Amino acid sequence: MRWMWIDTIVTYEPDRRLVAIKNVSLAEEHLHDHFPAKGALPAQPVMPACLMVEGMAQTAGILTGSLRRFKEKVVLAKIQKAEIHADVVPGQCIRYDARIERIDPMGAGTSGTIERFDHRTGQWEKIGETEIMFSHVDQNMSGLAFPEHNFVFSDSFRNVLRASGLGHLMD
Amino acid sequence: MHTNGDTMSISRADIEAKVTEVLESALGADADDIVPTATLTEDLGAESIDFLDIQFQLEKKFSTPEKPFKIEQGELFPENMMSNPEYVKDGKFTDAGMAVLKERMPHVDLAVFAADRNVKGLAKIFTVKSLCDFIELKLKK
Repeated sequence: MRWMWIDTIVTYEPDRRLVAIKNVSLAEEHLHDHFPAKGALPAQPVMPACLMVEGMAQTAGILTGSLRRFKEKVVLAKIQKAEIHADVVPGQCIRYDARIERIDPMGAGTSGTIERFDHRTGQWEKIGETEIMFSHVDQNMSGLAFPEHNFVFSDSFRNVLRASGLGHLMD
Repeated sequence: MHTNGDTMSISRADIEAKVTEVLESALGADADDIVPTATLTEDLGAESIDFLDIQFQLEKKFSTPEKPFKIEQGELFPENMMSNPEYVKDGKFTDAGMAVLKERMPHVDLAVFAADRNVKGLAKIFTVKSLCDFIELKLKK
């Protein structure tokens, strides 16, 4: 399993905003455990909210990384707010809309909205909000040393960027 | 409150109220625990990333459309000093390091820290009062 919780990037506004899409599919193993049939209750596959937070963290993390051309190691440092008030089920899409609020040599603050798309209605609906902070780990105040290579933006991330037509950001 | 968009007119009480709001939000601290002598780390539970969160939230709280409130790197909390052997040797601040701290951080009380100088104790010098002093000094500039 690849730890990628976005499928493609659909909007990129340099230094400001990045929007990613995640298609939720019954082929995803975890949906069969979240939640399986129990007694008389039928199975109820629902996208775990924590993985939606991860999807937003990946979206906002790529946006933060793009500000310094992916030279900094950007790690999730703090989730100040994560509110999701509706379920997403297989067949629906999730849209993660991330914006930069503040950038500093030490890290960045982002805000985001989470929306879901239902093919039956053809409508996008806002279902959540996040505020996530990222740290540039090499600039951390504790002075800890990290490996030189950028272990954050792996090949999986690079592939998504390339497939979304944003490969030039890594040059 | 008499802010009216003009940060120059903010009273000490208003500064303290806004700093309390920031610390409640950033640290999940109880308002009753946010007293002037409370240290950010030991008393209010701040970790290293919280310092950046506090910095960003203070900027937002004290900015006005006419006058942005921007805190530069290393202005509020000391940075890039620990790894400098001129400033820190054998885990303790040197005379040069103390001089730089004093110059860069007029908002903190270094009296107690000066006796020990151990880097591990540095975080303790940041109290609620030091944050309020920082804001007050910066708004006067």
